[in-house]
Amino acid sequence: MSIRVMLPAAFARHTAGTKQVQSEAANLPALVEDLGTKFPELGTHMKDADGTLRKFINVYVNDEDIRFLGGDGYEFQDKDEVMLIPSIAGGCRS
Amino acid sequence: MVRAKNLGKRVGSQNLFVKNYAVCFPTLSFKDRVVAVALANARAFGFDVVGCSSTGNLANSVAAQSARLGLKACILVPADLEPAKILNTLIYGARLVRIDGNYDHVNRLCSLIADQYNWGFVNVNLRPYYAEGSKSVGYEIAEQLGWRLPDNVVVPMAGGSLIRKIKKAFDELVYLGLVAEKHVRFFGAQATGCSPIAQAVKNNTDTITPQRPNTIARSLAIGNPADGPFASRMIRETGGWAEDVSDVEVVSGIQELAETEGIFTETAGGVTTAVTARLIAQGRIGADETTVLCITGNGLKTTDCISNRFEMGRAVRPRLADFEDYINELDGNALAEPELALAEGD
Repeated sequence: MSIRVMLPAAFARHTAGTKQVQSEAANLPALVEDLGTKFPELGTHMKDADGTLRKFINVYVNDEDIRFLGGDGYEFQDKDEVMLIPSIAGGCRS
Repeated sequence: MVRAKNLGKRVGSQNLFVKNYAVCFPTLSFKDRVVAVALANARAFGFDVVGCSSTGNLANSVAAQSARLGLKACILVPADLEPAKILNTLIYGARLVRIDGNYDHVNRLCSLIADQYNWGFVNVNLRPYYAEGSKSVGYEIAEQLGWRLPDNVVVPMAGGSLIRKIKKAFDELVYLGLVAEKHVRFFGAQATGCSPIAQAVKNNTDTITPQRPNTIARSLAIGNPADGPFASRMIRETGGWAEDVSDVEVVSGIQELAETEGIFTETAGGVTTAVTARLIAQGRIGADETTVLCITGNGLKTTDCISNRFEMGRAVRPRLADFEDYINELDGNALAEPELALAEGD
């Protein structure tokens, strides 16, 4: 089982320019771990102190928000296309 | 900003004000404020092409202001946007791309486009300037209240940015000594068919559970609001609240504001008006407190949602007798004694 993971340009500086990777992670927590192993610098930017994916990073599976598919409980299917996109919010610190 | 005595009387508030962006120029929504700041900086950065993901008002404003600045505009919207908002984008010569999906799909696509092309998206890679532009709403409220802050502000929420920036504006004015420090409570307004921030406030959490929008208030139909966690936290920290109202209440809110204050607002304004009435009825907003409603857009852009509430009436022959017959048909015997009616009218 293999999924294709697409990373935003904002992450590329932490992945030596890599924007697409294959992963065999079974679910989202496993994918976060896998990306942290493959790209340690990215891991620190992606994960909260408790090791979970930061809230501002949206995850889409085949164009669907993973939260509508069950979130962490969703089991990736072979050839799933997973896209990570950070939310654009805020402005200057208030 | 106008004092809303008639609406206040109807909903039970003695100090109600409407910050009326239904008449904001050039495109009749508060987005004209944010786009002015964003596009000034787009030009400073040297972008030739600008754009946005939009639920309508932003599209109108980017199209108009980029035309004036001589910038090319590429604007992406959900395909089911109100026809008036589509027309109000195309007229300025902008390239409009209707996306087969909701706003959250559009916004995600814009993030990908901004990654790929060197375009200035006002609410993606120019977002800080766009967000700072929202502060002018807060500056104007304070100035137009005579350089003082209100007790409460009721703000419609889509992405959740505006409500936070009004607070930031107030904080800056206090810091600069331009207004006296005051605890202002912030209240958020959403339609029930898309109310992720209101739900987070009610659940006392920063966590936003995304929703699939299903409401006539399309300008607020953002199911995964980027500023939602921050808006929820800020509202609760100020002692405010958030409410959501049904589409039926949205239309009633539009009508109520028009009938009482002569302000024709779009669906988002109907949301804000209806939510304000509910907050006062709940006792969350006091009758004697100074409360400002933010009406952010013009009703001529969303006529489709209310057009079936009004009958055109038959055409009347241009004769006094026909006119009187027609009025009597509508109102019973209202014109049975026309001289008396005229005297009372005087």
